[in-house]
Amino acid sequence: MESKSTRDAYGDALLKLGDNPSVVVLDADLSVSTQTNKFAVKYPLRFINVGCAEQNLMGVAAGLAIAGKIPFASTYAIFSMRAWEQIRNTIAHDKLSVKIAVSHAGLTNGPDGASHQSLEDLALIRVIPNMSVINPCDAVETMSAVISETSRKGPAYIRLNRAKTPVIFDDNYQFKFGEAVKLTEGADLAIFATGTMVHKALEASEILKKEKINARVINIHTIKPLDETTIIKTAKETGAVISVEEHSIFGGLGGAIAEILAEQYPVPMKIIGVRDVFGESGEYDELLEKFGLTTLNIVTSARDILRRKK
Amino acid sequence: MITTNDINNLEEKARTIRKQVVNMIFEAGTGHPGGSLSCVDIITVLYFHQMRYNPLEPDAGDRDRFILSKGHAAPTLYATLAECGYFPVNELHSLRKMGSLLQGHPDITIPGIEVSTGSLGQGLSISSGIALAAKIDNNDSQVYTLLGDGECDEGQVWEAAILASHYKLDNLTAIVDRNGLQIDGPTEKVLSLEPIAGKWREFGWHVIEIDGNKIAEIIESFDEARRIKGKPTVIIAHTLKGKGVSFMEWICAFHGKGLNKDEMKIALQELEGD
Repeated sequence: MESKSTRDAYGDALLKLGDNPSVVVLDADLSVSTQTNKFAVKYPLRFINVGCAEQNLMGVAAGLAIAGKIPFASTYAIFSMRAWEQIRNTIAHDKLSVKIAVSHAGLTNGPDGASHQSLEDLALIRVIPNMSVINPCDAVETMSAVISETSRKGPAYIRLNRAKTPVIFDDNYQFKFGEAVKLTEGADLAIFATGTMVHKALEASEILKKEKINARVINIHTIKPLDETTIIKTAKETGAVISVEEHSIFGGLGGAIAEILAEQYPVPMKIIGVRDVFGESGEYDELLEKFGLTTLNIVTSARDILRRKK
Repeated sequence: MITTNDINNLEEKARTIRKQVVNMIFEAGTGHPGGSLSCVDIITVLYFHQMRYNPLEPDAGDRDRFILSKGHAAPTLYATLAECGYFPVNELHSLRKMGSLLQGHPDITIPGIEVSTGSLGQGLSISSGIALAAKIDNNDSQVYTLLGDGECDEGQVWEAAILASHYKLDNLTAIVDRNGLQIDGPTEKVLSLEPIAGKWREFGWHVIEIDGNKIAEIIESFDEARRIKGKPTVIIAHTLKGKGVSFMEWICAFHGKGLNKDEMKIALQELEGD
């Protein structure tokens, strides 16, 4: 299986968008890491490095959007949260078309440790009115999502990853904003996965199939607005739900799904994520293992939840 | 060439705006009279002399733009926009009321407001973004932003100050309403800003210091800002907080406090008789 990081795909997508004179790219001194440097080299007049100043990054991006540009503002996920209030009060409140594309989300910044990892951003960004939240699962979906966001008005938070991860979709795949993507059929339980955890959910479904358990794997690339219709329909048809995300168990995908199901169609549910702790230094795979973001944990959780299913 | 008559007319506009501000804050029961009155003359010169705009075409691409970074002076901007014809003067009675157009701080939904503000420290970044867009597009429109002096405590102001200078944003003019008071007391007691002109100069800005309640000096400073190429300009406008109403002048308590009926009456009498 081919592997490519979503940040790489983001950098490539920006290059493809270079012909659009409205597209402006901003970075906060991390252009090599976020891959905006590719755009910077080719379109220097429409690349703005604000230095390591994230509050200003969001404010300048807001100003460019007000003046009719489509700014992509990039830094690491965790550092974008330093400008949460700027995002809330200006970008989101005024529905400005600023595309906040952040790299190194989750645990992918392994060796750098907790300060550079981001396990809380989905909760923090999801709570802001008018904000859309996109967490692509592979390089193809990233490319398609980034390109399609230039024709959708309003702000977005696009969550990207540093590590090379398996490419799930073929090149014909089209990202459709707000629409969940069913990847496998199955009625015994549902696995809602987002971002890097989608391919692990697919691996888990293969293992479960050998045990005659049919899991329906659904890729939630748009965490907000969430595809409520699909979530409720799936809960009805499967009767048991697991969510998987490279994020805290609080306030991310699991929280979003639980909010809907608790009110409208409660079924047994398991939220897989990091359990209210900070990350630490280590290789990415070691950290995923330590925090239970593994294929095996999804499989075990599936067996457990079937016992709870009525 | 600016004549004495022009200046008299602008002073009369400023008087009208000040009276509206007093009325609005009295009717609303809450608001920020001190910092609204200190900057009336600056905003008056911007809208009735300096800036290029058309209220009938508020989205025109070549308009000059004004961002009120010190958003708590909203009554001054609202009264000015109404006077310019962006919305009916009658609307001013609705300030801060439930369901009204005129929110407590500038809101994007209000005709003539470019961006919502109120959370301090953000206007210079936003204005820099607009100025950068104008540079990219070879658009000659000018960007003006008004900051409070207490607002300059915010680190983001200085992040933006570095950027505007680095990108040589000579289409950007910042004005600091240097009235010397912030919520908790004199700026120099709360957190000293001096030498404030020196700070901006060291950040690479062209600095002009004026009496920010003198129409002629404000006009001259904007003319000078237009002449300066290759760097942004900041006007340190020394003003009087509560300007025009004797019992509010240089009184910290009137930073964020409504006016009772007696205070309103005295204030209007003073403004009328000035």
